[in-house]
Amino acid sequence: MRTKLLALAAVLAPVAAFAAGGEAKLDHANVDVTNRASLQRGAANFVNYCLGCHSAKFVRYNRMAADLGLSEEQLIANLMYTGERPHDTMRIGMVADDAKRWFGVLPPDLSLVARSRGADYLYTFLRSFYVDPSKPTGVNNIVLPGTAMPHVLWELQGVQEAVWEGHPDAQGNVQKHFKEFKLLEPGRMTPEEFDGFVRDTVNFLEYAAEPAQLQRKALGFPVIAFLVFFTLLAWALKKEYWKDVK
Amino acid sequence: MTEEVDTGRRHFLTVATVAAGAVGAAFVAVPFLASWKPSARAKAMGAPVELDIGKLEPGAMVKVEWRGKAIFVVHRTPDMLAKLPAMGSSLRDPDSNESEQPEFAKNEARALKPEYLVLVGVCTHLGCAPLEKFTPGDVTVAADWQGGFFCPCHGSKFDLSGRVFKDVPAPTNLPVPPYQFVSDTRILIGADKGNA
Amino acid sequence: MGTATEKVAARTGGGRLAALTGWIDERFPMTKLWKEQVSEYYAPKNMNFWYFFGSLALFVLVIQFVTGIFLTMNYKPSAADAFGSVEYIMRDVEWGWLIRYMHSTGASAFFVVVYLHMFRALLYGSYQKPRELLWIIGMLIYFALMAEAFFGYLLPWGNMSYWGAQVIVSLFGAIPVVGDSLTEWIRGDFYISDVTLNRFFALHVVAIPLVLVFLVVAHLMALHEVGSNNPDGVEIKKVKGPDGLPLDGIPFHPYYTVKDLIGVGVFLILFSLVIFFAPTMGGYFLEHANFDPANPLQTPPHIAPVWYFTPFYAILRAVPSKGLGAALMGLAVVLFVFLPWLDRGKVKSIRYRGPLFKFFLYSFAISFLVLGWLGLQPPTPLFTNLARFFTVVYFAFFLLMPWYTSIDKTKPVPTRVTYHAH
Repeated sequence: MRTKLLALAAVLAPVAAFAAGGEAKLDHANVDVTNRASLQRGAANFVNYCLGCHSAKFVRYNRMAADLGLSEEQLIANLMYTGERPHDTMRIGMVADDAKRWFGVLPPDLSLVARSRGADYLYTFLRSFYVDPSKPTGVNNIVLPGTAMPHVLWELQGVQEAVWEGHPDAQGNVQKHFKEFKLLEPGRMTPEEFDGFVRDTVNFLEYAAEPAQLQRKALGFPVIAFLVFFTLLAWALKKEYWKDVK
Repeated sequence: MTEEVDTGRRHFLTVATVAAGAVGAAFVAVPFLASWKPSARAKAMGAPVELDIGKLEPGAMVKVEWRGKAIFVVHRTPDMLAKLPAMGSSLRDPDSNESEQPEFAKNEARALKPEYLVLVGVCTHLGCAPLEKFTPGDVTVAADWQGGFFCPCHGSKFDLSGRVFKDVPAPTNLPVPPYQFVSDTRILIGADKGNA
Repeated sequence: MGTATEKVAARTGGGRLAALTGWIDERFPMTKLWKEQVSEYYAPKNMNFWYFFGSLALFVLVIQFVTGIFLTMNYKPSAADAFGSVEYIMRDVEWGWLIRYMHSTGASAFFVVVYLHMFRALLYGSYQKPRELLWIIGMLIYFALMAEAFFGYLLPWGNMSYWGAQVIVSLFGAIPVVGDSLTEWIRGDFYISDVTLNRFFALHVVAIPLVLVFLVVAHLMALHEVGSNNPDGVEIKKVKGPDGLPLDGIPFHPYYTVKDLIGVGVFLILFSLVIFFAPTMGGYFLEHANFDPANPLQTPPHIAPVWYFTPFYAILRAVPSKGLGAALMGLAVVLFVFLPWLDRGKVKSIRYRGPLFKFFLYSFAISFLVLGWLGLQPPTPLFTNLARFFTVVYFAFFLLMPWYTSIDKTKPVPTRVTYHAH
């Protein structure tokens, strides 16, 4: 029995190794797109910290304001700085050639980033910058090693370094594994405040990736209730007719 | 085989199921039909347009596109305005009772500020674009022409307020679009005060 | 004035509707068709749960046609605009998101329904004489459906669309001699480009749908010619009453129309659960990588076809040779066509089959599901070996069928169907 279990473990080990390999462990973002206050804060964060370099070219300001419960005046006063009109989408003025010169790559459009990467990825990525003097930006990232993105939020988060640990394997090779972050220099926010800030921002991106999700989820229950009613009727009708069949 | 059939119940269930199905089908039809309405992008493109009229000379006209239609903006001279009252008897709808305009333009000048006329440049007959014929006595229009608009397609004539003359095919005056002055020299076409 | 029928209808108080029906019937076989195909089409009274999926497949086809037509109104088939036009539908077009989710979920639903429909045929021997041609037309529908799904999958022009098309089109490169020029001809370019997208669009929205409609009509005509099979595999036409009607048959309408309505209701509940609460189905119906626009320079890290193709994809990957892999994959699909001749069994239904057939059928079903799952996983050595094992199981079902069906024990088949009134 025991040997069988061991054999099973040996078979399954590579599966487990694959699941963990290569990618950093992601923290749970726990976003909630029905939380309007969080979405409003997230929208402000996005406009202030991301929209300089990243567009969200499919997101329309006025639709966003309506979904977030903001009036057009609030939208213009708090979220629009660059002379767009409320029905415009979130484009940026940065020229592609400049961006390539400054960062080496084009900062991607973020309209759909929460759908292609997932909220947990974004939440972990934005909190995982650490000091790395070998990089042109002075920072590196656990989630996306070698990222061209500078640590835009360092003033809020502070400066942290990565602590690594290594265990020699059977051959004596030491594999470095990320253990934890150590805060070298505190930022304007406490770690808890910063996590909340990132969560709000990711929540907004989650909304922006699919604005219809608010409508979609709200419509689901009445539709399914109607269909259940219809199906029960059809079932009663079938039972009635099938009394004929002996 | 069918002696114990409760026809009443069977009939009721059939009608109820068919009715529920019809209600369901009607609800399903709504999103499909509604998808034909102007989209958010169409609405964004059809948003009000702002126009600087500070440099528009008296007696001159400028055209601007709004929602795929030409909008005429005319800077009328006192001379042009003076001719309007005398037109009354030769017009079909001098008081703009049957024509399309915002409430503020339901007057002789058909304008917020009499010197600036704003019109949708689409003939109310069959949708051609009328020409500006501001020169009085322009014989290409009529011998006693006082100045106004002339549609080349079917010969409809309008006065300097876009009001239609009698005995031409066009039924109503040229429409006035919603607009407002954002400053003394800038107008916003496509939005009244209040729904800007 | 008026023909005899009209006068009769008017006299007998049938009213205007009857008069109109009479008028039409003299010019078009409306009532005749309705009677022959629906109200006097006699179906076995013992058709069970598995018989819901035929009518459901037709229902999903209608959903796909209607939603597809409405998507076409806003979609732009060009490399520059396609991705943006899909997001335009999702955000700017009123209710566009609902129409798009109905279509994307409908694609997966179609394959769920069709796979269950096909499995029903395996369970009850519906492909056996006299239904061989019915089965072959059905398989042609399945092939057309695969083509339809493949062409349609490129249209959103996401990165998964792009690389999925790249991989599948490259498969044709495995064909000896003409392979390379063939792939180039399919793409119309040296890579998957605007040209490819444009022609796939034409095939997806015009050509294949026409073929599908033709085949579906042929499938129904063949079905109504030979009559429906049933869970006992008994031919109901063999036992007729004094009125000449099959004793075990009941008119399709109203009995199966009302029954199928329940199927439609349950299906719509499940369909709506996906559309409203999980339209991406965790990345299986709409893949995460497809929310990035097509990028010819960057393959997504995990590339896999949509779930309904993964059993065949797993077979392809299990073979360490491009040519043989592609050939086996093709064979895995095509072998279904030959089932009527591979099966030497004397009975149709699983109810009267022996243990050998049951063993091979259930192993086949399991191998299909496991291969489907493996096709979604990264090709680790363990998974590749598993895929090889299940590929063998998969083919054993077909290739050993003449042997195990001819020596298998069978139970006696009754002359009448098994049915207990509720």
